[in-house]
Amino acid sequence: MELKTPLYDTHVKYNGKIVPFGGFLLPVQYEAGVIKEHMAVRTACGLFDVSHMGEVTVKGPDALKCLNHLMTNDFTDMADGDARYSPMANEKGGTVDDLIVYKKADGDYLVVVNAANTDKDFAWMCDHKVGDCELENISASMGQLALQGPLAQKILEKIADPADIPAGYYTANFNGKVAGIDCIISRTGYTGEDGFELYMAAEDAVAMWEALIEAGKEDGLLPCGLGARDTLRLEAAMPLYGHEMNEESSPRYARLGVFIKKDKEEFVGKDALMAQLPLQKRGIGLKVTGRGIIREECDLYDGDKLIGRTTSGTHSPYFKEAIAMAIVDAEYKEPGTKIYADVRGRRIEAEIVKLPFYKREK
Amino acid sequence: MNFPAELKYSKSHEWVKDNGDGTYTIGITDFAQDALGDLVFANLPEEGDAVTAEEAFGDVESVKAVSDVMSPVSGEVVAINEELLDAPESINEDPYGAWFIKVANVTETEELLDAAAYEAFCATEA
Repeated sequence: MELKTPLYDTHVKYNGKIVPFGGFLLPVQYEAGVIKEHMAVRTACGLFDVSHMGEVTVKGPDALKCLNHLMTNDFTDMADGDARYSPMANEKGGTVDDLIVYKKADGDYLVVVNAANTDKDFAWMCDHKVGDCELENISASMGQLALQGPLAQKILEKIADPADIPAGYYTANFNGKVAGIDCIISRTGYTGEDGFELYMAAEDAVAMWEALIEAGKEDGLLPCGLGARDTLRLEAAMPLYGHEMNEESSPRYARLGVFIKKDKEEFVGKDALMAQLPLQKRGIGLKVTGRGIIREECDLYDGDKLIGRTTSGTHSPYFKEAIAMAIVDAEYKEPGTKIYADVRGRRIEAEIVKLPFYKREK
Repeated sequence: MNFPAELKYSKSHEWVKDNGDGTYTIGITDFAQDALGDLVFANLPEEGDAVTAEEAFGDVESVKAVSDVMSPVSGEVVAINEELLDAPESINEDPYGAWFIKVANVTETEELLDAAAYEAFCATEA
């Protein structure tokens, strides 16, 4: 059975088209539709309910040591309020999940994981934890909203003290207040735009949603569903668990090698991850030059030779063309290389392009 | 939601217009375009292709997904609406104006619904 986020009734009220996703009932889009919602985020601002995401606290004198053991990134030099992205690998060098670690204070961390993986991750982390620390799954008590787009800061300043808004990308204020509601204000996101992820008590999520909708009205803010969340992250070439990575597939193929710290003494999966080098396969971007859309799990060919498979693909609302990400034999990396996808028996031509597809001007 | 009375409808959400000259015009319904969301691509057959009742003759792609478009009749494609190739969004804007194909030499027609019956059918699908 699917769970409802604290905002379920609000999504229904805003005429969201509700679908099951990651164990939750969530809107795939609202009345404006995926393309308008997508473009609102690129040009103005969009508001997403991401309360389905999982939250795990890691507390205790050995919390840092434990996180450095569980995950591939190195959290040693984080300051209070810093956020750091990381894969979490298994012993075979596959990917358990990708996540964000926040440091609230010494010995006090918050880990944000993918919704569908929350229970799996929590069990994995408890099984593999080291040292003197306590893990707690607080997902059910937390709401999360993402306010994303070039006008996100302007809109947030209407209902938050500008001094409470963190200035640096991947930093957070654990003692923020938005519309009078206590929350974590984090300058992070999954759209390729400037923006914020706001964490609050589940019972405050509806009030904060309504306050943000009201504050953003005159600036063109739209409520956005999972459809736009997916097209936005894909244009920004951000990987999605279950697509670019899974238990069998290395985070390296999701282009996350930079978050695997070989200089760290030890961490789960280190030996297997280091043995993957030099890479036999790599993650690439594709622009569709033929007619049609190449979606996930299409076989890719160079002539008759099978060279890999797409992991995500869609129509890009921003570029108005079809784009895809794929994992292919490592030799296929030069932008401009032509390859073919098998799309339900039809061959569609595509060209390797540099990632990300979309990068905002700063 | 719009269900023009002069059209017939399939349970797979295509509309059929009998042009009275032995040809039939086929498109997808208002219900279908609304369910699919923003359409960004249409794949059509070519003039001269044979189509078969209750089999796919083309497909439409929304941002999220691809869906087959089924032919309610068996016959020969005598015209395609090339405007859909460049402007698939016209299917969302005007589903009964944005026709897909015209078919002649029709040998078979699946059992079709009138507007009232189709509207009732959609109510059960929603």
